[in-house]
Amino acid sequence: MRRGGFPLPPSLFPLPLKEMINTSLTQMGAALRAKQISSVELTQSYLDRIAAHNPQLNAFITVNPEVSLAQAREADVRLASGTAEALTGIPFAQKDIFCAKGWLTTCGSKMLHNFVSPYDAHVISQFNNAGAINLGKTNMDEFAMGSSNETSYFGSVKNPWDTSRVPGGSSGGTASAIAARLCAAATGTDTGGSIRQPAALCGISGLKPTYGVVSRYGMIAFASSLDQAGPMARSAEDLALMMNVMSGFDERDSTSLQRETEDYARDLNKPLNGLRIGLPKEFFATGLDNDVALAVQAAIDEYKKLGATVVDISLPNSKLSVPVYYVLAPAEASSNLSRFDGVRYGYRAPEYTDLADMYEKSRAQGFGEEVKRRIMIGTYVLSHGYYDAYYLQAQKIRRLIAQDFTEAYKHCDVIMGPTSPSTAFKLGEKGDDPVQMYLSDIYTIAVNLAGLPGMSIPCGFGANNMPVGLQIIGNYFEEARMLNVAHQYQLATDWHTLTPNAL
Amino acid sequence: MSLNIADVEKVARLARLAMSEQEMQAAQTQLSNIFGLIAEMQAVDTTGIEPMSHSQDLSQRLRSDTVTATNQREAFQSIAPQVEQGLYLVPQVIE
Repeated sequence: MRRGGFPLPPSLFPLPLKEMINTSLTQMGAALRAKQISSVELTQSYLDRIAAHNPQLNAFITVNPEVSLAQAREADVRLASGTAEALTGIPFAQKDIFCAKGWLTTCGSKMLHNFVSPYDAHVISQFNNAGAINLGKTNMDEFAMGSSNETSYFGSVKNPWDTSRVPGGSSGGTASAIAARLCAAATGTDTGGSIRQPAALCGISGLKPTYGVVSRYGMIAFASSLDQAGPMARSAEDLALMMNVMSGFDERDSTSLQRETEDYARDLNKPLNGLRIGLPKEFFATGLDNDVALAVQAAIDEYKKLGATVVDISLPNSKLSVPVYYVLAPAEASSNLSRFDGVRYGYRAPEYTDLADMYEKSRAQGFGEEVKRRIMIGTYVLSHGYYDAYYLQAQKIRRLIAQDFTEAYKHCDVIMGPTSPSTAFKLGEKGDDPVQMYLSDIYTIAVNLAGLPGMSIPCGFGANNMPVGLQIIGNYFEEARMLNVAHQYQLATDWHTLTPNAL
Repeated sequence: MSLNIADVEKVARLARLAMSEQEMQAAQTQLSNIFGLIAEMQAVDTTGIEPMSHSQDLSQRLRSDTVTATNQREAFQSIAPQVEQGLYLVPQVIE
């Protein structure tokens, strides 16, 4: 059922600059280290693509060519001196939720429209230390609250496969930029599906690691017990290289896990013989569009050819994940977002009568509708007399949801299903009904509640020639195995290499 | 479950969000729909289930009580809406 797009030629070096944008991070790094191309040339070629395509896609909120090129010149010095690492000189984009020193960091909100960060997030430091280039800050749903990128104060992002459709959210700018080849790869964050759902809708690969594997320091908080940063790229192989840079213990994040350093690329080439794939019946029930179901089934058939076996499993409490999420996430958000008061940074209302009025007007004018809605839900469920009935009850059901997965992993190695119940919908289609929008994360939210790693890889096209994502859910700390599972599929298929015709 | 206007008004005040009458009415409908979605949770029997906040059930790590951060007052105040002589300015609180 291949439609649209075109397969790209196998890469051979030296490649012309315009073909470099379709090579893997491994090949790009090798070309840089072999001096077949300079980081300045590569960075400039991406900046040119951003200048050409961003006016239509709106994937970037901020680009700063002078700063990016200065970083590229430093990378070229490092490449010449022979001290380059895997990602040195490669141009990445960063979701605008990560504080980057000297960069406008808005989180997609009017509240932070003028916030130039005085410090670097841990993730940004890790990329800087690796010698990677920051091409710019990608657009996102305001404070990561949304599944379509339509809540951004800086305007909707467009899906490069069809610019009348959404890219998904909240990491929609990142997903759109990668699909349109406006950066080599980029970062995202995932609280309820914000890496996986836009990856699925834009036909790219994305990984949300186990909660606690990537530091949250300097990542603007939405729901702290669920937020997790992760890589988004064209392929599983690229994701593995990025994980090696992004992961690791950081004492500045109180939930960061102290673990041995691992090489996430170590298992990429293992065969899949004997792999047991669990298929939760709840992920293939009413509510799943037929075109998505067909593409996911075809992917599972491909896995059987690669030596995997299929096991029917059940996650009986997963149906409760949307209600549980819409108690826990807004509750934590209402607390986290109380820091935006118009006193120390960000937006302050131009007119007010006293201190309380200044708070109320600054917040009312600085936050968008969806953010205010979630703050209000959270404030209500945490208010006097309701805590036990909502927050505590939700945290208990959260454990039941996590226990379903623990039980399932006694019978399988990975779990697969659709990432999203539909392909990308039209801009404005879900309009005024927040509940309809919330249900688009029905297959991804349980993974955040359980704290498990989850990923999405492209597995075909559905109706209207829009990409479909296959979700792969692993047990705790099984990222290397999931990347292996995804990479083997990507060696056997070419969905991940296809690009939108218009580009 | 549905919220009345008084609930919405109370929540807006607690959340420090200025809202017009019209906005509160719109919020009342939307929040009621969302609480309709959440209501499904109430029927679940969770007797004897421990609440979960971290998937690894970690307790908070402690660090030694030493100064680690350096003073960055100027950097931080350079992005503030209003400062004077190293202080953040807000409307007068005490008469």
